[in-house]
Amino acid sequence: MGKDISSRYAALCETAQAACDTLGLSSKIIIQVGSATCENAAGATEVWKEFERNIRTSGREDIQLHHVGCTGRCSREPIVGVLMPDKMPVLYQKVTRDIAHEIFTRHIQGGEVVAGAALEKSAAPMQRQVILCEARHCGNTSCSDLGDWFREEMEKAGVDEDAVALTQAGGMGFCTMRKNTGTNCILVRPENVIYFIKDRADVERIAREHLAGGRIVDSLRCKEESISVRFFDRYGDVAFFNQQNRIALRNAGIVDPESIHEYIRYHGFSALAQALAKGDPDWVIDEITKSKLRGRGGGGYPTGLKWKAGRENTETTRYLICNADEGDPGAFMDRSMLESDPFSVIEGMLIGGYAIGASRGFFYVRAEYPLAIRRIENALAACRENGLLGDNILGSGFSMDLEIRLGAGAFVCGEETALIHSIEGERGQPRIRPPYPTDSGLWGKPTVINNVETFANVPAILVYGSDWFRTMGLENSGGTKVFALAGKVNHTGLVEVPMGTSLRQVVYNIGGGVPKKKTLKAVQTGGPAGGVIPEEFLDTPIDFDTLGKLGSIMGSGGMIVLDEDDCMVDVAKFFMAFCQDESCGKCTPCREGTKRMLEILERITEGKGEPADLEKLERLADLVKKSSLCGLGRAAPNPVLSTLKYFRHEYEAHVLEKKCPAHKCKALVHYEIIPEKCVGCTMCARNCPVGCIAGARKENHVIDQSRCIKCGRCFEVCRFDAVARQ
Amino acid sequence: MMPVTTATNNREEVRRRSIEALTPEIVAYIETCAQDAHASSHLIGVLHKVQAHFGYLGREQMDAVAQLLQVPASKVTGVATFYHFFRLEPRGRFVINVCLGTACYVKGAERVADRLCEELGIHFGETTRDGLFSLEGTRCLGTCGLAPVIMIEDRIFGDMTPDQVPALLEKHVLQAQREDRQNGD
Repeated sequence: MGKDISSRYAALCETAQAACDTLGLSSKIIIQVGSATCENAAGATEVWKEFERNIRTSGREDIQLHHVGCTGRCSREPIVGVLMPDKMPVLYQKVTRDIAHEIFTRHIQGGEVVAGAALEKSAAPMQRQVILCEARHCGNTSCSDLGDWFREEMEKAGVDEDAVALTQAGGMGFCTMRKNTGTNCILVRPENVIYFIKDRADVERIAREHLAGGRIVDSLRCKEESISVRFFDRYGDVAFFNQQNRIALRNAGIVDPESIHEYIRYHGFSALAQALAKGDPDWVIDEITKSKLRGRGGGGYPTGLKWKAGRENTETTRYLICNADEGDPGAFMDRSMLESDPFSVIEGMLIGGYAIGASRGFFYVRAEYPLAIRRIENALAACRENGLLGDNILGSGFSMDLEIRLGAGAFVCGEETALIHSIEGERGQPRIRPPYPTDSGLWGKPTVINNVETFANVPAILVYGSDWFRTMGLENSGGTKVFALAGKVNHTGLVEVPMGTSLRQVVYNIGGGVPKKKTLKAVQTGGPAGGVIPEEFLDTPIDFDTLGKLGSIMGSGGMIVLDEDDCMVDVAKFFMAFCQDESCGKCTPCREGTKRMLEILERITEGKGEPADLEKLERLADLVKKSSLCGLGRAAPNPVLSTLKYFRHEYEAHVLEKKCPAHKCKALVHYEIIPEKCVGCTMCARNCPVGCIAGARKENHVIDQSRCIKCGRCFEVCRFDAVARQ
Repeated sequence: MMPVTTATNNREEVRRRSIEALTPEIVAYIETCAQDAHASSHLIGVLHKVQAHFGYLGREQMDAVAQLLQVPASKVTGVATFYHFFRLEPRGRFVINVCLGTACYVKGAERVADRLCEELGIHFGETTRDGLFSLEGTRCLGTCGLAPVIMIEDRIFGDMTPDQVPALLEKHVLQAQREDRQNGD
């Protein structure tokens, strides 16, 4: 049986390779254009058309346009990559039709990189790059030594300093492939050679033979292919990317999300084939348990235990559900994963279905994600055509089918019992647990529900081993976590880092810090159910347990950076308004409690708060937390409690002094023109939307306070700092 | 003995009227769903199809779905009113969705929203009198990197500032006029 499965899988790989060869993906010049909701919103479709037109008119047949998903570098989209044989890949940012044309004529036809549009400015002229792995858990020769060794040896070997860039990466995940501990991993681009280095003599050889001589040092070379090598191959020169470690997002921005052949070419479905060939579902569950994979949807429940509970149920009709109802505002990793690499999630689901013994599975997807839905539909059809879905998968006798069910915009449906009701076609209201879904779920049958990211990790764990996955994270939590970094941060986008990475690393090293030289006030994690983490705790390693101790949660991975201009009372009000609106109304504490808390917060931000309000708010928050029926209500007070805990002084300023320290709450802000500074340029008067600023040219201006709507326009436009905000 | 009077059997009549209220595609879809052992679980999917075609869920359409899928009308109403995505009133030609997610909020979505209300002269959930624009707030659109964003129909506009609002609306007014001319109105 196992042999039959392996040969069928081998046949699939051959077909896939042949299909990719026909496209010329290995030999030609490839222009890759991102295509996900955000890429398209930023104009990727226009850019694609422009390249198409350019290729057609040039008559060249050695250029291949290639769709890839999204890499998660949101603020710089659309992103275009130019891959030429034997050259470093070059990435371009914010590409428009004009830039596309320039890239085509100057770079592709003329061979000169358009440096002004490059994603990483410093990277554009380099011919070769050496990436040194600086993984936290590695504990070998420190990278600074290694860097120095390279610099010195390169000089000795006569390597041009400008042509070879030395980069320190956050951790590339090659460790499991090295035969001896005590060696360091490095990657050399564009050849994509991984070397294991044990001493200075190795550095000397690599500098002399490879970097100066252009010959790969075979004896030091790693022969196997690592999971993240493709990612570093394309994106290793970009600071935002090389501090990350991509496991769940391993194919995002690399494969065409609509081509099953490309996915298979990069070893897609090999984990499924391996599991089926072994024929032992308990082995799968065992591996997942040992990997310490915890549910990425927010709860952090060990996935292996959940699967085991599902498998051990005596009822044999079992269901599997992928929760893709990404309702947290500020989180978009599930969308990106489904749009960029739907096959990984499907493979993870099939493995999960095999492990628990389910023959029917569901994608529960937000209706607000039309492109993701289309790509899943397409991927499911391709799997069916290739015998990877439906009856007798890969000839193993295991049968499973997956279908899509749409959500309809209810945040509470992220809660598993509410989600089940929604799939059943009911109002998405939760019920009391236990019984847990693994005992009695969809239509009363045992049901396992996991998040998109959890499933995306599963194939990688089976292929590369539970040890590898576990060692990457912390003791109780293996692997990486994807965060959606947004808010007041320079580089917004998706960030995948090992569990235990500090918030500071994410916000500063990857996110590039807070724009406009403002001060970071706090980081909000976990969406409406999470809390704020003030600046002083930024060095905390991120994990389910540590964030919980700080009064926040991991949640699905939303991470919003707040700066000095953000009022914490206002932020709490924002999340409370969200929870109040999304409360399903079934249980009283949540329905009434969120409403009353919101009213108190509104009073405070309007300057009508009383000292007793803070106590009332605290008491109510505690009550709602303890007595609500489901996770939504129990977590709804978190934003209030954590802001009260760390930023009580801001609440007090609102209540006692009737002031908003961040000048955000309109009712508490007051604008005035300072006569000494006003030069009478009329700028404020011309920009005031209600025309409440009076004053002649070259004379002092005055704001009519009775008519002022406190929009702050005058404050922004004044070039003489003559408008005071108090 | 009194002859047994049978109640008028209007089954066929109700069925015919229900089919008329929907489109053949939707009816065909409902019939496929009805084959499933858990037919009523497809209710949300069916309502999505109805809204995609009609733009909203009218009373007539909801009753028709209830009849054809054989679920109580009360349940259809219950589901339609529970989920934010479904609307029971017709909307304007262009639906403007302002993202109210966290990232957009901290980056000034409120001011964009205020400007939209001001320019259109309507509040959230309302439609302009000429039927051209409806203004709605939506939960996170998942394009937080481009915050603040608004979505008009299916197109997303990122990095919005209040000052971009008038020109954007103007563009859509012109688009509507152009389309009307082409359609010979």
